[in-house]
Amino acid sequence: MSARLISLQGLSKSFQGNDAVKFVDLTIDKGEFFGILGPSGCGKTTLLKMIAGLEEPSAGRIIIDGLDMDAVPANRRPVNTVFQSYAIFPHMSLEDNISYGLKLKGIGSGNLKKRVSDMLDVVELTGLERRWPDQLSGGQLQRVALARALIMQPKVVLLDEPLAALDAKLRETMKYELVKIQKEIGITFIMVTHDQQEALSMMDKIAVMNEGRIQQVDQPNLLYEKPKNLFVANFIGSANCLMGRVTKVKKGRAYIMLADLNQEIVAFSYENFKVSDDVQVIIRPEKLTFQDIELPSNHEKTINRLNGELLEIVYHGGVSTFRVGFKNKNLKPLIISQLNNHDQTKDGYRIGSNVEVCWRLDAATLVPVI
Amino acid sequence: MLFGKFISAIKSSLRNPWLNISLLVTLLFLYTPIIVLIIFSFNDSRRNIVWKGFTLKYYKKMFSNEILLEAFLNSIAIALITTILSLVLGVLTAILLWRFQFPLKSLYQGIIMIPIIVPEICIGIAFLVFFNWIGWPSDLIWPLRLAKIIFAHSLFCFPFVAIVIRAKLVSLNRECEEAAKDLGANAWHVYRDVWFPHLKPSLIAGGFLAFTLSLDDFVITFFTSGPETITLPIKIYSMVRFSVTPEVNAASTVLIVVTILSVCTAIFFQKENLKKGSFE
Amino acid sequence: MPSDRFRAKNENSRKVFLVTFLPPTIWLILFLLAPILIIIVYSFSQKVGLINIEVNWVSDNYWRAADPIYLKIFAKSFYIAGITTFLCLVISFPVALAITKIRQDWKLIILVLLMLPFWINLLIRTYALIAVLRTRGFLNSGFEWIAAHLGLRFEPIQFLYNDTAIIIGLVYIHLPFMILPIYAGLEGFDETLKQAAEDLGSSSMQVYRHIVFPLIRPSIFAGCMLVFIPALGSYLTPELLGGTDGQLIANVIERQFKHANDWPFGAALSMVLIYVTCGVIAAWLLVAKRKES
Repeated sequence: MSARLISLQGLSKSFQGNDAVKFVDLTIDKGEFFGILGPSGCGKTTLLKMIAGLEEPSAGRIIIDGLDMDAVPANRRPVNTVFQSYAIFPHMSLEDNISYGLKLKGIGSGNLKKRVSDMLDVVELTGLERRWPDQLSGGQLQRVALARALIMQPKVVLLDEPLAALDAKLRETMKYELVKIQKEIGITFIMVTHDQQEALSMMDKIAVMNEGRIQQVDQPNLLYEKPKNLFVANFIGSANCLMGRVTKVKKGRAYIMLADLNQEIVAFSYENFKVSDDVQVIIRPEKLTFQDIELPSNHEKTINRLNGELLEIVYHGGVSTFRVGFKNKNLKPLIISQLNNHDQTKDGYRIGSNVEVCWRLDAATLVPVI
Repeated sequence: MLFGKFISAIKSSLRNPWLNISLLVTLLFLYTPIIVLIIFSFNDSRRNIVWKGFTLKYYKKMFSNEILLEAFLNSIAIALITTILSLVLGVLTAILLWRFQFPLKSLYQGIIMIPIIVPEICIGIAFLVFFNWIGWPSDLIWPLRLAKIIFAHSLFCFPFVAIVIRAKLVSLNRECEEAAKDLGANAWHVYRDVWFPHLKPSLIAGGFLAFTLSLDDFVITFFTSGPETITLPIKIYSMVRFSVTPEVNAASTVLIVVTILSVCTAIFFQKENLKKGSFE
Repeated sequence: MPSDRFRAKNENSRKVFLVTFLPPTIWLILFLLAPILIIIVYSFSQKVGLINIEVNWVSDNYWRAADPIYLKIFAKSFYIAGITTFLCLVISFPVALAITKIRQDWKLIILVLLMLPFWINLLIRTYALIAVLRTRGFLNSGFEWIAAHLGLRFEPIQFLYNDTAIIIGLVYIHLPFMILPIYAGLEGFDETLKQAAEDLGSSSMQVYRHIVFPLIRPSIFAGCMLVFIPALGSYLTPELLGGTDGQLIANVIERQFKHANDWPFGAALSMVLIYVTCGVIAAWLLVAKRKES
């Protein structure tokens, strides 16, 4: 209970008839690196701005550390933001930028200098107090923005796509730096991003958002392994999806007749699926393998198998992806991803050959059809 | 020496001689009359048609011409007050159009452009007719009697200022304002720490624009001034019409120098601001 | 409750809106719309006696403006403004092109030099032109000197106090306004388009005709408008350089107010000038829109 820092209840925002955020309920714990992940236009930035107080909710409540933020304007919330464009004041030096918030609070200048230089150490910009924004690179500006927010010692730091404007190499470095700083200082971070790689690698918990609604909130591995719907499955990593109908449910296993294929497969059922429910079977590409795996003795009960034709092989260096198509053209080809093994490449698979695709029972996730 | 460098710079890009010749000829065309005018302000000849010798006496005459000095003072006073009024009105208009939505907004934008589009003579006589119709008193003390001219000038200057400021507002990073609020700024702080520094160069540019437009205006002033409110251009006009002595050249030269100095200062200011890092 | 805060914030922003909206609007109503309204009223009035004006809502003034004498002056103003615009265009194009080819550091200086005359008072510039163009002025003296050295006799050319002088004056005043937009259009021109055309076989001339001109049309239009409209309504230049015959529409209007004392007629002429100006701008916008689609 005491770990809960932020609670969003029924938060909504409409702009002139356009619903940007629809009834969002979220809980964020102290010290968490929390992520809000979603495609462009899904409402994630609006959500962030509401927490910061820069947008008025149309409905709902925001509670930070037990206090309802309704009557609290942005400039008095215990929240600070790192903006997407960094928003560094161009007419102030680094020092003045970073100490701006503290100066507004009335902190004396002697104290200020020490705190600024300490913060510059934290973000690894030591000694650059006197520089001007136009003399700094993108990566440095981002760290200034971070320092400016951290120095206020807020309860929460909000980050709006902080890595979007950086080049690939810098992004990798900053990913690591941000996580390191967050863990060192221990302040709760809420970061908005559209990049699922960032989310998976940096965050403790992620809320996936689409069209104004939260689709799923979970730890990264659970989002990946157990997506709750097709959107999440496709947004995080890639996913194969087979449509089918439940024919039998027994001992936590669901027997599913696949549409378009007229074949029955078995999967574990964690939701309460009933007979004749329509389901989508979601399998990650790396969980599918070809026929030549070691089949355990009771494989009938633990392996699903499908036959198809090998359409395409794409070499990616460490990994290769295979596309296996079916006679029924309604079915999208399955994508299989395998590590490239020196031995295996020698044998090679031939395009056009008949192959058998297998997966273990627990490799698939069942998702209801909406 | 600078002139030599100038010529060689042009020569170095002499791939197409005709183009550069046309450029040179045009520059000559533009500047010769002015240079001639300045030279002849030192001419020791009353009728000022043929060069008779170098003298400064017409400058002395000009500086002791009371009416001329009064006209100069009037022009400066009008220009200064007009600049302040135009800046205030221009900034408000720019913010109004940039920040707010209201019915008939595009009509409003069109109306603001009217003083710029409509020929000056029409605006001039419009003012003449207007002030006559409302019966504006004609025997006020200084500087109140300049009010008519100031009102007229402000009207056609502030749209220009609004355009200059609006252009700069568009480049304002909205997130800077949000960042300030996020760090604890209230509305006044936002004005002081975000908007004003960002707009400062354009405020200066707008101010110069208004100042020069007012100082140089002839036509509109022609219809709003009277015998007790002479401005410099009006005075020079009457001198041109009636007594063309080198004194006219001298007065003109002074005005030219003032203009060039203020334009150069404005440009210098812009360059300074660019150096300091206007982060657009 | 969000609604309470919403309402309070709303009132605050209403206050801010009013503070921003009222001053310019009051100024515009008082000093722009009211005067124009009065002019319109006057244009439908008549002069009574020496100084009185009776508002009797007749359109006599407008009919009088349609008189051939005045139509001729309107036509002449159009004609002179048109020639001025054309000459400015012809001169500006090579000049603007030349600037684009100059070394980067000198570009700004040249541009400033070209724009500087614009800042100098219109009156002074026109007056300076008189000194150059008159019978014993710079040009004629120069020709005389050359002729003397060649052993020829020289009759001073009457440059001033005719329509030619007005055109020269107007070109002189408005040239920077044509050069700048055309330069801006050429400067931002995508060189690769030219190269593609050459690659496909166009000669230098053709490249300009088929590629460059069409694409910088908006800049050309802008420049033409910036020259034509002020030239159409110009007062000072024709007054000083045109002599007794050199009357453009603005001069006629001025006379109604300062000499003939027929304010209603002058008002009507002004309104016609305003309509014509707006008409030209509207026509331009229409053509520009059509070219876009």
